Amino acid sequence: MSRLRRTMLYVPGSKPGMLADVAIYGADAIMFDLEDAISLKEKDTARMLVYNAVKTVDYSNTELVCRINGLDSPYGERDIEAMVAAGIHVIRLPKTETAQDLHDVEALIEKYEKKYNREIGSVRMMAAIESALGIINAYEIATASKRLIGIAIGAEDYVTNLKTKRSPSGVEILYARSQLLNAARAAGIAALDTVFSDINDMEGFENEVRLIKQLGFDGKSVINPKQIPVVHAIYKPTDAEVAHAKAVVAAIEEAEAKGYGVISLKGKMVDKPIVERAERILELSRLSE
Amino acid sequence: MNELKRHGKAIKVYKGEDKVLSSLEEAIDKAGVKDGMTISFHHHFREGDYTLNMVMEAIAKKGIKDIKIASSSLGKIHEPLIEHIKKGVVTEINTSGLRGKLAEFISKGGLEKPITIRSHGGRARAIEAGEIKIDVAFLAVPSTDAMGNASGIGANTKCGSLGYAIVDARYADTVVLLTDDLKPYPNMPASIRQQEVDYIVKLDKIGDPEGISADATRFTKNPKELKIAENAAKVIRALPYFKDQFSFQTGSGGASLAVTRFLKDFMKEDGIKASFILGGISQPIAEILEEGLTDHLFDTQTFDAYAIESFRKNPNHHEISVSEYANPWSMGSIASQLDYVILSALEIDRDFNVNVMTGSDGIIMGASGGHSDTAASAKVTVIVAPLYRGRIATVVDKVTSVITPGKDVDVLVTERGIAVNPARKDILAILEKTNLPVVSIDALADAALKIVGKPDPIEFTDRVVANIEYRDGSIIDVIHQSKA
Amino acid sequence: MQLNKPATSGTMDSCDISIRIENNAGTENEVFLSSIVEKQYGKQIVALIHEILKKHQIEGVTVNAVDRGALDCTIKARLESAIYRGLEKEHALDWSVIDHE
Repeated sequence: MSRLRRTMLYVPGSKPGMLADVAIYGADAIMFDLEDAISLKEKDTARMLVYNAVKTVDYSNTELVCRINGLDSPYGERDIEAMVAAGIHVIRLPKTETAQDLHDVEALIEKYEKKYNREIGSVRMMAAIESALGIINAYEIATASKRLIGIAIGAEDYVTNLKTKRSPSGVEILYARSQLLNAARAAGIAALDTVFSDINDMEGFENEVRLIKQLGFDGKSVINPKQIPVVHAIYKPTDAEVAHAKAVVAAIEEAEAKGYGVISLKGKMVDKPIVERAERILELSRLSE
Repeated sequence: MNELKRHGKAIKVYKGEDKVLSSLEEAIDKAGVKDGMTISFHHHFREGDYTLNMVMEAIAKKGIKDIKIASSSLGKIHEPLIEHIKKGVVTEINTSGLRGKLAEFISKGGLEKPITIRSHGGRARAIEAGEIKIDVAFLAVPSTDAMGNASGIGANTKCGSLGYAIVDARYADTVVLLTDDLKPYPNMPASIRQQEVDYIVKLDKIGDPEGISADATRFTKNPKELKIAENAAKVIRALPYFKDQFSFQTGSGGASLAVTRFLKDFMKEDGIKASFILGGISQPIAEILEEGLTDHLFDTQTFDAYAIESFRKNPNHHEISVSEYANPWSMGSIASQLDYVILSALEIDRDFNVNVMTGSDGIIMGASGGHSDTAASAKVTVIVAPLYRGRIATVVDKVTSVITPGKDVDVLVTERGIAVNPARKDILAILEKTNLPVVSIDALADAALKIVGKPDPIEFTDRVVANIEYRDGSIIDVIHQSKA
Repeated sequence: MQLNKPATSGTMDSCDISIRIENNAGTENEVFLSSIVEKQYGKQIVALIHEILKKHQIEGVTVNAVDRGALDCTIKARLESAIYRGLEKEHALDWSVIDHE
């Protein structure tokens, strides 16, 4: 099974103290930001700091993601080169609208994988969709590259594009979330939700996490370490879910041992989706410890 | 135990004289301060204390030399002592803490005789046992009446508990109170009582309320400290002493204070209450009392305005002297009844020895405080500290100075793992069954070293500038003179 | 090689280092460091700065550094940013030169 992506913690690329410590909060992934968090005057120094951090800091087995500047800026290609050279796991492209955006980034990644003697295809990609056009093209984007591990919604720009603003219920982005999720699932990659920016509203945050979990998202970007345990707790399977999943797996193993084709558990037929869900719950439960 | 008797103060008989004097100079004369005497102060006013500097200036002006200072602690504000040392007015210092320029001056060998650093309980012990014989105590009090019934609440300054001063008042041969709020008789409730008091001087201003009320007692927002605090609270909850009517003390550092908040939530969730909380008392602790989650607070020093108000109005917010708090030579201090204490550290080493006194550059910068007292007394001692600060490792091979010996330390909680003293197999067995990240202290020390790199050794001369007394009076470590 | 212009990088934040680098009249590199961890790491930091200058074949510059407890990887990043700014190559550098041994 693929790794957990319940939480992806933003860290501005310009803060040395945070770069050294960011792994201690237990996020599934860390996202070094070279884009919006960095002023134009410090694009070069942030890139250098993140490069050195990725090369030297022990991030254990946390997935390392870098949000690069767009290719329409003078920094996008330089960011890609530096991050490929550093050995980043995933490059996250902001403001993705078409499959071509991904093809362009992919071509550069490949160019620098060759230059820095890295295995072709080893650097993965993630696309952030932040506009109406991007949402319309979500499936095309989700299937644009084999490197793609997931697509994420960036809600702040998206709602501006829609001529509205975010609300506690999230009704204005329900369509986008659903569309993005469908595209991700159809393409077999991860679906990641947007940030919740009011770090003092923990109740609102919790409600949003429950909502996106119910919708089916794999996880969420977070901007403060205190948001992490909330997400992980909500994503952690309950004892009842784990017990049921164990029963399902046990029933399947028994059926296979006895050569039965179809099995039932407590009068309900156990078919492939139920087994898959049970396996996923057990994996999530194991990784949630 | 032995033939030791508690030491007493000189007996004097009141003959109806007016205790209120017109000036510090007059008080120094009447108290008979002369060359070679030991005079004492308390540190309830922290960085807002005006009185020590005023008294020493007056003493210096009179040409008195060779004064031995026995203060419960000293702060940055007491920097003028440097000049008094240089001129031979002050030749000896006994204190719990030392900071700023004065600390640097002494670290670099500015005072010929080594200073003595004592814990709070150790100081009370030394005074009661006569190892420190206070000739004259100059005690700043926020209010007093003309007979000497003095309180920590006054019109101009407020410090709440006078726990350190109570011991000095009881054991000094002569007691001079310094106040800027002279109240009509009787000034009750009083922390220091009239029978102990010889003289009273009314001054214009004895302290700065801003400096007295420490703002260090606010809850941290630092995510690293919060993570450490939360894990420390989880350790406490996982151990069997966390049950109804338990007791604890938390230090005033960022992470240790934040433990209080997480503990409070756990107490509510588990439906348990504390029997008492001990210590320096700050707002978060006072709130626990007001929410009915503890029956009692025992208070040796009150940190902020909120806690001072609680001290004033809550009958179960009790003032205690520092002797009651932690004197090891008594029939049981309140610390001896503690289940948990949560303390911070500048450094902790592979043997769990803790330093809260000396910076890793060899310069004195902290205070012994109640660290070793409570660590020795509580059933479980938890140290909360980041693995490193800036580039300075906290978990190290060997601490620069030992204040609290490793045998008294049970658990270390850092942001990168929790280490249990191997001597506490019971705690280790319990924590290993939880999902808390338990590792060895060697693993933590190795991780710190890997991140910050091996520091060059600090150079010291052979000369001793400070003797560190353990609470029982034995010398647990010495501090050598730092090479410039 | 010397720089095209004086350059700075870094901040005075905790865990960071602020670096100013400029050409001097000679051919030797000079390093002036003030650090909150002077006693424990001062010599090592100065040696690291010299080593990085040498690796980039920089000669005849003066480095003024104010260190607020930066880790080695930060010191390296800040100095290299300053060097490349001084060479006016901050967005056009070859990462194989930066790479660790």
